[in-house]
Amino acid sequence: MHVALYERIWMWAAAVLVVIFLGTIFVTAGLQAIEPPGHLETIDPTAIHEHPEFGSPTVTTLPDGSVVVPVVSGMFAFSPDPIEVPANTRVTFRLTSEDVIHGFQIVGTNANAMAIPGYVTQFNMTFARPGEYTIVCNEYCGLMHHSMVGKLIVK
Amino acid sequence: MTNRHTLALTHIGVAIAAFAVASAMGALQGLTVADVNYPLRGESLYYVSVTAHGVLMALVFTTFFIMGLGYVFAEESLGRITGRAFGWAGFWIAAVGSVLAAVTILRGQSTVLYTFYPPMQAHPLFYIGATLLVVGSWIWGGVILASYRSWRAEHPTVPAPLSIHGMVATIVLWYLATTGLAIEVVGMLIPWSLGLTEKIDPLVARTYFWWFGHPLVYFWLMPAYILWYYVLPRIAGGRLFSDPLARMAFILFLVLSTPVGFHHQFVDPGISPGWKLAHTVTTYAVLYPSLVTAFTVIASLEVAGRLKGADGLFDWIGRLPWSDPFFSSVALGMIAFIFGGLGGAINAAYAMNAMVHNTAWIMGHFHVTLGTTVALTFMGATYWLLPRLLGRELRFKTLAQVQPYLWFAGMTLFSASYHIAGLRGMPRRVYSGALTGDLGGPWHTLTQVAAVGGVILFLSALSFITVVTATWLAGKRIPAPAFEFAVPIVEPAGPGLWDRYGLWTAVAVVLILLAYAYPLIQLLAHPRFGSPAFKPF
Repeated sequence: MHVALYERIWMWAAAVLVVIFLGTIFVTAGLQAIEPPGHLETIDPTAIHEHPEFGSPTVTTLPDGSVVVPVVSGMFAFSPDPIEVPANTRVTFRLTSEDVIHGFQIVGTNANAMAIPGYVTQFNMTFARPGEYTIVCNEYCGLMHHSMVGKLIVK
Repeated sequence: MTNRHTLALTHIGVAIAAFAVASAMGALQGLTVADVNYPLRGESLYYVSVTAHGVLMALVFTTFFIMGLGYVFAEESLGRITGRAFGWAGFWIAAVGSVLAAVTILRGQSTVLYTFYPPMQAHPLFYIGATLLVVGSWIWGGVILASYRSWRAEHPTVPAPLSIHGMVATIVLWYLATTGLAIEVVGMLIPWSLGLTEKIDPLVARTYFWWFGHPLVYFWLMPAYILWYYVLPRIAGGRLFSDPLARMAFILFLVLSTPVGFHHQFVDPGISPGWKLAHTVTTYAVLYPSLVTAFTVIASLEVAGRLKGADGLFDWIGRLPWSDPFFSSVALGMIAFIFGGLGGAINAAYAMNAMVHNTAWIMGHFHVTLGTTVALTFMGATYWLLPRLLGRELRFKTLAQVQPYLWFAGMTLFSASYHIAGLRGMPRRVYSGALTGDLGGPWHTLTQVAAVGGVILFLSALSFITVVTATWLAGKRIPAPAFEFAVPIVEPAGPGLWDRYGLWTAVAVVLILLAYAYPLIQLLAHPRFGSPAFKPF
């Protein structure tokens, strides 16, 4: 295959670029355990209200001091609302939906995950700055999608 | 003389009609999100128009244009369309399907957006219409492949024309991608929407959708690349810098662009981080053929500039035909793709993806990629195609010359605003940028700038439609100019490794199985509940 010299140099440079991009991700995944949510846990979306954890979702503190926040998203609100959590503490969000797919995004942070009916999405956050944050639904969920907002209070 | 192109022209006509309707809806949405109060503004109209804009632009405009382009290349590069009657059958099936889906959308029965995630349920004819559109495109693919085989039997030792090489890769990719869609729509959504099954698993459906959803992007992009490699250097007055690398790029897209879907599901439950990382690797790998394309195409343009007498480091750029609407469309589309490609690399890194997932950033992103790179290339190609297909001179040439720049300017305002708004946390697909009350403060001005961009884009779309309609109906009749394609600097000797389509298809299938079999089995084997249907529109 005939390839001109400059093009060959570019092809190597492009390959190196791709490897650097991937290398960054692998290094942070390996050394800092930065990884996306992804555990597999199912729940009956038609029986959320009788569910021990999601029936009346409340913020709970575990013996090790970390906090668990179960969140039910439904057209067109999050529950609980507002959510109150302590600052500088590991917070585990556990999300599900009682109807269609919703998004759960805390504006100004990188908390951003999908709430899918039938599944529990779990991820961890630590909030360094106390204050009030807006939670928005970022997946179209019906005609009042834009009004589906909630509040997070970090103390 | 132009009769033999009627099939191609009919497809392109439908594509442009869909584009026209979708453009008007785009402008409307820009104003709605910016909270401009016009008569009839309302949630229902807004979400109907988002659905129609997405389906008509992303599925109908692109698919019909690509089908038409395929027929042009079959006719011009192979000298034949084998099975033209099947081509017409495919056209009617796809057209009827598109109309069915469009009617249920416009009647407000299928406001499910173009991603149609269950358990939100559309009218059954929405899913059936979409299926017919894809079935029509499958028949089109069969006709092009049959034309290629017929040509190949007569020319066993010559490499396929680059246009056909790219089209074959595009068609094989399309078959592999739409397999995922067929499993979702035919296997899950249609029976569920007809009431034959009561419940549906939204995550499994999403996973099949994104098996299709990302290669869909390359289904749009590869035909644009064919035009960049095979037509653009000729328009610019140069030569194709490297024929084998162009062939390699198309094959790499075919092989790599399907096993990447999890990068759309980084923040979904149920798919393990390890598999998400595996799809990250293939996602970055598919960046590579685009980087190679950038060099080859720009080098081909430099050759053009130098053949016209440029001898400095950069003065070849000024010698390029910037007033040719096809050239400027593609060149501006390529500039946009620098931002599109880099934005894509950001989206593909899951740590950064968490900042931008489902925010307005994503709208900004696919409006520079699909909305500029692909759409401008197709619009520019229309200016190049119409005189050749119709035997008519382009009408309102000045308008055609201005139109691509107008599009680029409008899209720069639109896309840059939404990129920034997304970084500030603005969610995508919202009726009002203010959300409820005054929560939209951090991005309110940006939505207004984007709305101005949207209006400029609409003016550009109107200019395009005016030129096309006037040329089609009232362009001065001329002898159709010949189709002339780019000649490579070094002619390829014969069919090589990159022309072994069977082998590469097999590699692609193996990669898809590797990428999807285990995570899907893991999901399907787990006890799941399913979800009933909802229609919140």
